[in-house]
Amino acid sequence: MATKVIAGKTVNVNEEGYLLDPNEWTIDIAHEIAKEEGISLTQKHIDVINFIRDKVLKGETLSMRSISKSGVVTVKELYELFPGTPLKLACKIAGVQKPASCV
Amino acid sequence: MKRIVILGGGTAGTIMANKLRESLERNDWDITLIDKDKTHYYQPGFLFIPFEIYKKQDVIKPKMDFIPAGVNMIFSEIDSIDAENNQVILQDDKHIKYDILIIATGTDIRPEETPGLKDKLWYNKIFDFYSLDGALALRDFLRGWDGGTMVVNIVDVPHKCPVAPLEFSFLADEFFTKKGIRNKVNIKYVTPQPGAFTKPRANKMLSGLLEEKNIEIIPDFYIDRVDNEKSSIIAYDGREIPFDLLTVVPLNMGSDAIGRSGLGDDLNYIPTNKYTLQSEKYENIFVIGDAANLPTSKAGAVAHFSSDILYENIMSYIEGRPLNAKFDGHANCYIETGYGKGSLIDFNYETEPLPGTFPLPGIGPFGLLKNTKMNHYGKIMFRWMYWHLLLPGKELPIEPLMTMAGKCEKC
Repeated sequence: MATKVIAGKTVNVNEEGYLLDPNEWTIDIAHEIAKEEGISLTQKHIDVINFIRDKVLKGETLSMRSISKSGVVTVKELYELFPGTPLKLACKIAGVQKPASCV
Repeated sequence: MKRIVILGGGTAGTIMANKLRESLERNDWDITLIDKDKTHYYQPGFLFIPFEIYKKQDVIKPKMDFIPAGVNMIFSEIDSIDAENNQVILQDDKHIKYDILIIATGTDIRPEETPGLKDKLWYNKIFDFYSLDGALALRDFLRGWDGGTMVVNIVDVPHKCPVAPLEFSFLADEFFTKKGIRNKVNIKYVTPQPGAFTKPRANKMLSGLLEEKNIEIIPDFYIDRVDNEKSSIIAYDGREIPFDLLTVVPLNMGSDAIGRSGLGDDLNYIPTNKYTLQSEKYENIFVIGDAANLPTSKAGAVAHFSSDILYENIMSYIEGRPLNAKFDGHANCYIETGYGKGSLIDFNYETEPLPGTFPLPGIGPFGLLKNTKMNHYGKIMFRWMYWHLLLPGKELPIEPLMTMAGKCEKC
């Protein structure tokens, strides 16, 4: 387990830079991780992040489908907001673990 | 008289009916099994049908052959579960009361959820191999196909039998080679996952095999739609892959009856305690097999291993004891790799598939994450075990919980 200083706060992260404890997350941390990933957060980004945090903290499973059905964003928009691998990227910025895809 | 109702007479439901009927007094407990279909499908066999290794008759038997005497069988669609009032409502509005409900309604393919998938090209140039109809249609198509680009696409995870699309690709490589047209067939393995498999060591081994067999992996491809005019699949990020033959694993979802009852998540899987297999919401509802949202494979082996744990917990529940049996997510999959060889993975919630050997008294050992003839025989032998030992709920020489014996963590 490693620690990292993000936005002036020391947090526990895994080897890929995901926060281990979602409660250590702050909106400043989100902005800073996003910047490292080349994303400047807009309100739309933050809506997605709040949705993800809400689901994960309630212990619900997160999938591309659950986000697209949420009414927050479509999958297409999700790709525009978080290019490449949107779910992983959005989770990282939201301070939650990468969704564990079941084998 | 109290009543246990089991929804679904597939692998999990049939095993539970057999186990429970054997030990519960008939004067005390009525056991009712409800299923819509009179045929039991050996689903692991579908994969072999397109390549004419198995025939239709090899994978179907009447469900009644596996239902023990003393189990009340109802063939009907389920409308919904009224959990607040402990009753199941059938399509004809008949109400069936229960004291304990076991949900084993499984998961199924939903091609209609992907735009353009179930359209003009469906069963014309696009096939699934997760239904008997799909496997048979693909067999007929392959008889007359002389080559082109074959795309193997996974729409989303989780889907049942996570290794099946890999096995399909390996068997296709052998099939086209033996047919003498492998040089005219371009096989592409297109997946929303970051690689061939999610766990690192198995991924390394299986990616290596794909490469060895000249099958191209295209990872992180999340399909948006199928363009029927251009005969191509298009991802959300705009990437487009043309195909001459698309073999697809459509989106998998749990039963609509679960959705209608408000018991499922966004894919109709039921939130279930991953150790006790009790529903998170109702203490007299238990969930087994693919219908549950457990973080392990959706596969017959998991249904089988977890049946021992569920059986113990239901007996405890009946006797008012705490549910002490804990499932570990144990999964065990033979992976056909073509040319009469196979590989084997064995894992659970905590332990990824590791290399080593897998002990099986009297027959094994099998090689874990190795490509051997012995593993292939294991798979072939399994069909017999499935019909004769597994469904009737008899003892198999495999422990339900995963063991580290033979596994090598540092290899």
